[in-house]
Amino acid sequence: MADEATARLGVTASPATSTPTVPVAGRASARPAAGRPGGRRGNGASIRKGLEITLFVAPALALLTLFVAVPIARAVQISFFKWKGYGDFEKFVGLDNYRRVLENTEFIEAFQHNMIIVVASIAIQLPLGLAIALLLNRKMRFQGTIRTLIFVPYVISEVIAGVIWYQMFVPNEGLIDTVLDKVGLSGPQQGFLGTLETALPALVVVLTWKYLGLAVILFLAGLQGVPEELYEAAQLDGASWWQIQRRITVPMLGPTLRTWAFLSMIGSLQLFDMVWVLTRGGPANATSTMATFLVQQGMQRSNFGIAAAASVILFVVALVMALTYQRFIMNRDNTVTVVRRKKVRR
Amino acid sequence: MSTALAAPKGAAAAAAQKSGHRGRSTNAMRGGSPMIYFVALVVIALSIGPVLYGVISGFRKNGDLILNPSGMPNPWILDNYVGVFKNPQFWTYTGNSVAIAGITTLLVVICGVMAAFPLARYQFPGREAIFTVFVAGLLFPATVGVIPLFILIRDLGLSNTWWGIALPQAAYALPLTVVILRPFLAAIPHELEEAAQLDGASRLGFFWRVLLPLSGPGLVTVGVLAFVGSWNAYMLPLLLLQADNKTLPLGVADYSAEHSTDIAGVFAFTSVAMIPALIFFLAMQKRIVSGLQGAVKG
Repeated sequence: MADEATARLGVTASPATSTPTVPVAGRASARPAAGRPGGRRGNGASIRKGLEITLFVAPALALLTLFVAVPIARAVQISFFKWKGYGDFEKFVGLDNYRRVLENTEFIEAFQHNMIIVVASIAIQLPLGLAIALLLNRKMRFQGTIRTLIFVPYVISEVIAGVIWYQMFVPNEGLIDTVLDKVGLSGPQQGFLGTLETALPALVVVLTWKYLGLAVILFLAGLQGVPEELYEAAQLDGASWWQIQRRITVPMLGPTLRTWAFLSMIGSLQLFDMVWVLTRGGPANATSTMATFLVQQGMQRSNFGIAAAASVILFVVALVMALTYQRFIMNRDNTVTVVRRKKVRR
Repeated sequence: MSTALAAPKGAAAAAAQKSGHRGRSTNAMRGGSPMIYFVALVVIALSIGPVLYGVISGFRKNGDLILNPSGMPNPWILDNYVGVFKNPQFWTYTGNSVAIAGITTLLVVICGVMAAFPLARYQFPGREAIFTVFVAGLLFPATVGVIPLFILIRDLGLSNTWWGIALPQAAYALPLTVVILRPFLAAIPHELEEAAQLDGASRLGFFWRVLLPLSGPGLVTVGVLAFVGSWNAYMLPLLLLQADNKTLPLGVADYSAEHSTDIAGVFAFTSVAMIPALIFFLAMQKRIVSGLQGAVKG
């Protein structure tokens, strides 16, 4: 075993290593060749190589361990204690913090808001982004400029975007209320962000504005990957624009759509910045998220055990949703490929 | 499964045909239809409207802004913007942002390319295991560890310092960096490596003289993504930075809260704060998108 290991260490020069644009294929073909040429190199070279590898990978692994792995492990540890943020862990409370979080109506509400935002983000941005991408995916003037301008909201930080929208939402004197007033409508007394029923929808509007551009840009990039011949063939067969979009573009775009939805879902679960700037989770927790809940518990009330338990729950929720999504939605990609091939052959 | 997926599509396409979409839409396929330009204009207006509103409102007087928020400035005044540039705090915040984003980017690019090099071009046991560690790093949202991270940084004595923000931000950016860079480095032709070896270069020599120069575009992509992430970051700086060490996003939020009556001033401050990011990111747009796609495909 050790021999095999040192043998493998000697084979940087194996031709297969250089090919893996598709890493899996490259790896598979590299293995059988690994034994022979490597054995010829001296033991000193192997040690030197092992040292090189260690030195090269170490800084990244150290950073990852210290600032990602350790804090997360600590979060799990802290979640079992009643702890105020200083001194030794003394009061082990078992799962009590988890029970308290899961029975906390504020957390339940925050969780529900996260779910609403996940669903709303996908349900609004997917069709809208797809429609815009399909419309813009044609030869037209100023195409580059148009794409760039659509991307602007995504480029600005959430805080800056949040501050601008906050000012626009100011009751009565803000832009939105003034414009509504001019067309004979009126916003809610406390402003859209200050009213229980309208705060969350207003937040969703701002998030849609902020992230629609990313969807459009990613979809447009995905559309570049659809082979031109498919369109030409379909047009020769007399297919309409609508048919072409339904039967060629959207299925071909499937993987991009699914990956985008995945990123959007994970992002929605962690939402913090925009909420904090616009509402701090208010009014009366109407816009709270799991992230604002744990920051409030941890930083403002020093309930570190509760905050840690909430963060572990957030992680588990994200993980379960990610795995479920991978299992049931991402792996449809194969099925869609089959459907597409059948159609093209016909 | 496949028939279930295919059936509704067929039905919808047939329905679309019946409703007479055919003639009009084939026309539109050729582009140039005024309708398309109209839709594009509406989308652009909605996208940049709030941004423009912020920028233009910065040219107004508060009284004018409150009386008629939806009009144009009358007259256009520069005072608010001049005020921002004369505000020493603005420069302090900007300096902090530049320093933190710069350190983060350097750390990410250096550590990232170093880690990606053996993972892409060496054969050794445990290679895939180490790569898996980086991939798994993608799964951990920064939010989960933020409270213990706050305590860790405090215990390390790095609270309220540039490094206290840059180090964790670099750590969180590393997984994506390695995932993007590994296939990039692996794709560099093997012949180059052989040629370098024939010329007497060691593996390290090859890394320095051949690989690094050739991977410029990949390094720029991951660098831009790291810079974007750090420049726009809010949560961690919010928890860890105070007073004169605050970054621009924190400064904007503070200014907005403290000067809530000076709305035009807030708009000016916010507008200036987004200029550097806007210029930088729009210039790098293609790289950001290709980086995101790399992440999507990686």
